[in-house]
Amino acid sequence: MTQLPAKTERKLGLVIDLDTCVGCHACVISCKGWNTENYGAPLSDQDPSGANPRGTFLNRVHSYECQPDDGPAQLIHFPKSCLHCDDAPCVTVCPTGASYKRVEDGIVLVNESDCIGCGLCAWSCPYGARELDAAEGVMKKCTLCIDRIYNENLPQEDRVPACVRTCPAGARHFGDFADPESNVSRLVAERGGMDLMPEMGTAPVNKYLPPRPKDRIEDKAATLETVAEEPTGFFAWLDRALDRLPGGPTGNRTQKETETL
Amino acid sequence: MHPAPSVILFTTFSGLGFGLLFWLGIGYPPVTGMTAFVMFAIAYLFAVGGLLASTFHLGHPERAIKAFTQWRSSWLSREAWASVVSLILMAAYGAGLVFLGQRWTILGLLGGVMSLVTVFTTSMIYTQLKTVPRWHTALTPVRFLAFSLAGGALLAGQIRPAILLLLIAGLVQIMHWMRGDGALAASGTSLATATGLGRIGPVRAFEPPHTGTNYLLDEFVHVVGRRHSLQLRVISLILMVAIPVALLMMPFNHVIAFLAVASHILGVLVARWLFFAEAEHVVGLYYGKRHA
Repeated sequence: MTQLPAKTERKLGLVIDLDTCVGCHACVISCKGWNTENYGAPLSDQDPSGANPRGTFLNRVHSYECQPDDGPAQLIHFPKSCLHCDDAPCVTVCPTGASYKRVEDGIVLVNESDCIGCGLCAWSCPYGARELDAAEGVMKKCTLCIDRIYNENLPQEDRVPACVRTCPAGARHFGDFADPESNVSRLVAERGGMDLMPEMGTAPVNKYLPPRPKDRIEDKAATLETVAEEPTGFFAWLDRALDRLPGGPTGNRTQKETETL
Repeated sequence: MHPAPSVILFTTFSGLGFGLLFWLGIGYPPVTGMTAFVMFAIAYLFAVGGLLASTFHLGHPERAIKAFTQWRSSWLSREAWASVVSLILMAAYGAGLVFLGQRWTILGLLGGVMSLVTVFTTSMIYTQLKTVPRWHTALTPVRFLAFSLAGGALLAGQIRPAILLLLIAGLVQIMHWMRGDGALAASGTSLATATGLGRIGPVRAFEPPHTGTNYLLDEFVHVVGRRHSLQLRVISLILMVAIPVALLMMPFNHVIAFLAVASHILGVLVARWLFFAEAEHVVGLYYGKRHA
């Protein structure tokens, strides 16, 4: 059923810390690895070893440069996957009921045996979270590793999405946003978690933590006093001597010009 | 957006076919017998041919029947229903005209209205998308309906209405282009809102996530041919409005009528190509491909 539930019991999702992400793409690889051999159709590649490799990914890492008014440019790595929106346009446009949002935990999923591969859900998603698999002809998207998080065959510490489990920087956090005391809710409250494209009205569940303000050296340590404005002693002599050589400020001048300086 | 030939053919020909069905449904021209058969055959060829073409871009066309289930929320599902209902109503109405010489007026009116509803549902598939600001406007359904009515009148040989409707459709098309060119900038969506990083300073896409292309870039970030936009707009207006109107003002014969229809169809195909090729999906912002 592609009507959205009025409310979900839990709101599972991710917090992505843009301050901490180092742009290593480990989450991209672990996501592809887990999801190509577990839930649903594999994530195919076309021409993987040839001149024009391409393939289906559920998570991709962009990099952006921000230029503050004062201070050096900042480079920010930006992982992007499905945000499991509360008001997910990809669900309501689906003509077959293949796309749905789960009442129990808010995860947005595709029932691949009902998907006709029309692509309209990907058209309606502002985030580019859905990709039509070229080999299977069905829509692929992040499942929040639904086959890990409830999987009792895995040790407790592995029952989180593959991207979260693998992130070496600790930039990805998984939890329940419906619980105000959860790890993710507290992170969002403390760090000012933000929505992507809030004007689209999709009410994304996943939140992004903005980069913290950068330290500036002049705020941390007083700069040393200038020792001398003009050189003295040996360096003063060397300066004058070099000035007199051809090409120096006084080197090509006549004696009279030099006297008037 | 990627201008897929199947979708361009579908929207162009089904729009014309359902437009012709509207005029036949309201009894213009009041045909019966063999003439009615030929006109209904053309209408069904266009409408059904267009619908079939649309299945070519599906990943799994064999499951297309499932698209009838979600009419409560999905415009694509509503389009499936509207098209089947209008085709069935008009088939019954046409059978009466062709085989019994009977005009069931109410049935024809219902079928005619449903034909326009079908075109409206098609247009709403595009109009509903906030992600494509150029399409997200009431002008989009007006444009689809105007061209369907004008093209239908042309095919139905309704000369005076056709001239008037072609001119109106041309005007709506120009308005759609003028509004569309500033739509992305006016939408307020930018790389700053897409990343939330605008508060630090101007944001620039530094490195894409992958070296090659992908589904998103192929489907949503089509840029080829935009530089010829103005020429193509003029060509489409000449072909779909100016030439047919000029031909319709000449003394009527079938060669002239055929040329008017052929020119109109070519022009609508060009305009429909532009409708897709020029449409900017906001996901292009993430790839630094949009400069609003």
